[in-house]
Amino acid sequence: MPRWRPRPGHEQAAPRASRAALLVLADGRFPAGGHAHSGGAEAAVKAGRITGPGTLEAFCRGRLHTSGLVAAALAAAATAGLDPLLLDEAADARTPSPSLRTTARKLGRQLTRAARAAWPSPELDALAAARPQGAHQPVVLGLTVRAAGLTPLDAAHAAAYESVTGPATAAVRLLSLDPFAVTAVLARLTPDLDEVAAQAAEAAHRALDEGMDVLPAASAPLLDIYAEQHATWPVRLFAS
Amino acid sequence: MTGVHATARLTAAPDGRGGTALPLLTGDGPLALRRTRSAGPEAHVTVVGAMSAPLGGDRLAIEAVVEPGAALRIGTAAATVSLPGRTGEQARYDVRLTVGEDAVLHWLPEPLIAAEGSDLRMTTTVELAPGARLVLREEQILGRSGEHPGRLTTRLTVRLSGRPLLDQELSFGPNAPGWAGPAVLHGHRAAGQLLVVDPEYADKPIEPRVLSSDQAEGEAVLTPLAGPAALITAVAPDGLRLRRLLSASVAP
Repeated sequence: MPRWRPRPGHEQAAPRASRAALLVLADGRFPAGGHAHSGGAEAAVKAGRITGPGTLEAFCRGRLHTSGLVAAALAAAATAGLDPLLLDEAADARTPSPSLRTTARKLGRQLTRAARAAWPSPELDALAAARPQGAHQPVVLGLTVRAAGLTPLDAAHAAAYESVTGPATAAVRLLSLDPFAVTAVLARLTPDLDEVAAQAAEAAHRALDEGMDVLPAASAPLLDIYAEQHATWPVRLFAS
Repeated sequence: MTGVHATARLTAAPDGRGGTALPLLTGDGPLALRRTRSAGPEAHVTVVGAMSAPLGGDRLAIEAVVEPGAALRIGTAAATVSLPGRTGEQARYDVRLTVGEDAVLHWLPEPLIAAEGSDLRMTTTVELAPGARLVLREEQILGRSGEHPGRLTTRLTVRLSGRPLLDQELSFGPNAPGWAGPAVLHGHRAAGQLLVVDPEYADKPIEPRVLSSDQAEGEAVLTPLAGPAALITAVAPDGLRLRRLLSASVAP
């Protein structure tokens, strides 16, 4: 497991560590606005590609290993002390869909509000001042985890987990799926979640020495296509 | 025996008479470079794969530099087929493109086909100076007709004035989790991108557009990037339909 090594001059920014803070942050009831987004599931349902727990699991596995991995690595890198504004730029380059860029910044702004109340930090204040329209959500998440005294691996876990819970809870509503069956899908994904979080934290650790280019850039063409299709719909249940 | 290690290099520069000269044009091993006929200010180069390549264990590279004010178009004579090697080792193919101020590069290779049992990691890295223009197409085909795809990871990294503009990696085939599912490629057998970088987009960014939602003909969107660039992202049942989707007009 990669060990977190703070960037010189940032040592003082790792205060009290409470593992329970990760539960507060990753809880679906944490008021950061994620419940309004389906992560592409609404468009995939309409395309007839998510129809039940089996196809939902395949969707979530693909999302986890692509945009989930990228989000986890960006979050872990922010927790590890890489420059959040450069990470925000790296996130833009990894998000060719303008709808997804807008969504990521909107969610970043909402998370900033909750995070500054829960774990006030000068770094979150500085990022909010530099990006008044919101920074990419994973970057904000990483700084939040840092403010809560947790590790880059914790940030990666939280981001990876979010990348599958959004589509999973959306699918319950969109297809009236059995919530127990969907919880079983999430349980089956846990080995993948651990793998992706470890991979992301490792990349963040390497990025401290080797630069941002070693952060993953895994893409999912259909997720980008769904996002732009979805943005043109006049009526939809989810914001993205 | 390890695979073939080869690097082809070329440099394009203004010839002082309104055209483009090629002061460096050096093939290597399986990569031969040919200057092909062209009219106007642009030089044309074709990469000719003199041998079947890349095979597992090979390390191939192309390095092209377009000096300020020059115009270059590079294509390939045929599709590149990634094939299994004798050792099961991964092959590498690295393309490094540098485009100077007010220079133009068209990088339009034929598709990359990941044959069953192959394992290739391909990177394309582009450094653009301020005012540089680029038209770049990438197409990946999941296996030859009727076979399963090999393992392929392709990464496209484009920097403009040293800042990241686009960074995208696509992985499919054995051991790439989730790629066949409804979030990544679903049943499609071809994926590709067309990237156009042009300073004119800075003042008038392109409007995002759904080019096709037809699952049988392929699906594609045209989107503005966070910098002066437009990108078509497309997936299709085959290479022919993919090329059709990537041929949509994206002119600024």
